[in-house]
Amino acid sequence: MSSRKIRVLVAKPGLDGHDRGAKVVARALRDAGMEVVYTGLRQTPEMIVEAALQEDVDCIGMSILSGAHMALFPKVTELLKKEGVDDILVIGGGIIPEDDIPALKAAGISKLFGPGTPLEEIVEFVRNNVKKA
Amino acid sequence: MKEKLQKELKRWEEESVDNTLKRFPERKDEFITSSGIQVKRLYTPIDSDEIDYSKDLGFPGEYPFTRGVQPTQYRGRLWTMRQYSGFATAKETNERFRFLLEQGQTGLSVAFDLPTQIGYDSDHPLAQGEVGKVGVAISSLADMEVLFERIPLDKVSTSMTINAPAAVLLAMYIVVAEKQGVPMEKLRGTIQNDILKEYVARGTYIFPPEPSMRLITDTFSFCSEKMPLWNTISISGYHIREAGSTAVQEVAFTLADGIAYVKAAIDIGLDVDKFASRLSFFFGSASNFLEEVAKFRAARRLWARIMRERFHAEDDDSCRLRFHTQTAGYTLTAQQPDNNVVRVTLQALQAVLGGTQSLHTNSRDEALSLPTEDSVQIALRTQQIIAHETGVGDTIDPLAGSYYIETLTDEIEKRAMEYIEKIDSMGGAPKAIESGFIQREIHNSAYEFQRSVDSGEQVVVGVNKFTVEEEQSFDYLRINPAAEAEQIKRLQDLRKKRDDSKVKKMLENLRSCAEGSVNLMPAILESVKEYATIGEICEVLREVFEEYKAPDIL
Repeated sequence: MSSRKIRVLVAKPGLDGHDRGAKVVARALRDAGMEVVYTGLRQTPEMIVEAALQEDVDCIGMSILSGAHMALFPKVTELLKKEGVDDILVIGGGIIPEDDIPALKAAGISKLFGPGTPLEEIVEFVRNNVKKA
Repeated sequence: MKEKLQKELKRWEEESVDNTLKRFPERKDEFITSSGIQVKRLYTPIDSDEIDYSKDLGFPGEYPFTRGVQPTQYRGRLWTMRQYSGFATAKETNERFRFLLEQGQTGLSVAFDLPTQIGYDSDHPLAQGEVGKVGVAISSLADMEVLFERIPLDKVSTSMTINAPAAVLLAMYIVVAEKQGVPMEKLRGTIQNDILKEYVARGTYIFPPEPSMRLITDTFSFCSEKMPLWNTISISGYHIREAGSTAVQEVAFTLADGIAYVKAAIDIGLDVDKFASRLSFFFGSASNFLEEVAKFRAARRLWARIMRERFHAEDDDSCRLRFHTQTAGYTLTAQQPDNNVVRVTLQALQAVLGGTQSLHTNSRDEALSLPTEDSVQIALRTQQIIAHETGVGDTIDPLAGSYYIETLTDEIEKRAMEYIEKIDSMGGAPKAIESGFIQREIHNSAYEFQRSVDSGEQVVVGVNKFTVEEEQSFDYLRINPAAEAEQIKRLQDLRKKRDDSKVKKMLENLRSCAEGSVNLMPAILESVKEYATIGEICEVLREVFEEYKAPDIL
């Protein structure tokens, strides 16, 4: 394993302005020694994928609380596939009803973190599951 | 008397307390509130002996309003039970509204979907997936007509959570009422219209601060002439709190925003006593019970003093802080969701003990999805039980005079004022937001809170203590998946039916008004009447005003 730090893009797709969770997670990842880029609000899937490629990240973490996750999360993994990228870990969080999780996992979102998740659990998951070495 | 009591207190500490501590240490080394205020073991008259009753507390309905803004408070009329709701299409939300009114709710509160809040029509590319999700989709007057069908606008008051395009939705509401035969001077309700907190906490801004403030002062000045019963703004701490602030920060940042609006209105030549009585506020009600009660009281007193001392308001009505409360969404847990009913009950009770004018109680399932009708009914019943069974509204401000409550009220006021002075020295709230100060303060508090939950220091029942293996078996509210397509079709049909040449003319007029400095409300009203859409109106304003780009703050 190289000594390169894990790079994470924390992204807010869609129009949702609730970014408390995204920012807290971003800070926890940073405090855990990762390099974190936060996109800010109102990102389209295209903008997120472009930023991920430009920043050469190992992981994309997306947060949606507005209910638009089924429309937007899979769009990101689809675009990554189109770009021929298969080594970026994609995870999500927010208010995601249990029933939606199987479909999101099938679409390539490796893990979904709901309300009440300890920060350490997210940090560990990223650390153990990034695909690039 | 004071000396004697001090002596007695010392004796009690040495004789009784020390003995007990030797055998049973206290649960924690230090007890603190959400705002970091140290809580003493015991409060006595010594702590509140500097309070001057008539100067600091006074009487309900009189300056400085510490004890409430109404002389009879809930003995006269109970608070307004106002559940925030809206989802899918105007037709479905209209049905939910009529259900709530039949259930005894006394005011409406409209949740709009994100495209509407950000000034996009339902068929805008960025609206994809968001139409009808967190609220109802309103693209034009046609949708607004359906939303209020068979709801008499002369009888209900309506609160609309709309900010950047508040003037547009207000215009639609006025026209719908007019068609019902209700003149605008009779309309009662509120537009949130508070853009400053959108930049720091809620995120539905469109334009940069300067033109946004102009839209706000335009509504102040329009309403002060034509809509005497309308609340022109709801200066909101709720979202600041939800974003992670402490109770003290919530009061401080909200009142700092309020100061900025008052100043902006005075700067365009409005007389403070002409508009200030229509300003209203909105706070959260979170977890620390007594701190929250004290917070509401402190906010009332501090605002009264600011209005009188800083802005020289002569009319007592200008100093009266009236507020809506919502129980804190961030305290709801996805784990053991029925426990949320208890949390909401306590938070609702705090708001009532704090003297709220209206209240929204959250539903138990909101950490999981949008609430079902059953959950909303329990939430409303919670308020009705507090109102009709507990007796807490039978006397005014019942916790006043408690040594602890009064000390805490003082302390919150003092600490909030220190923040406000710091913000003043930065040039006011807009400048403190531009530099990222307020955002960083909130973010730091949010992070610290999460760390204290993760470490177990802050117990959250069912999350980091008293957990159980649970199977998710909750009945979710599913937004009709066809709603987005239906809404888009309605909108596209409308564009074919209306008189496009008139729409164009009105939008051109709006553009030239926006480029100049006249009040924009009349031009917006004319555009809305011709069924110009919210997207078209905001697009014209986007072209003239440009869009706000948030600074990168982490």
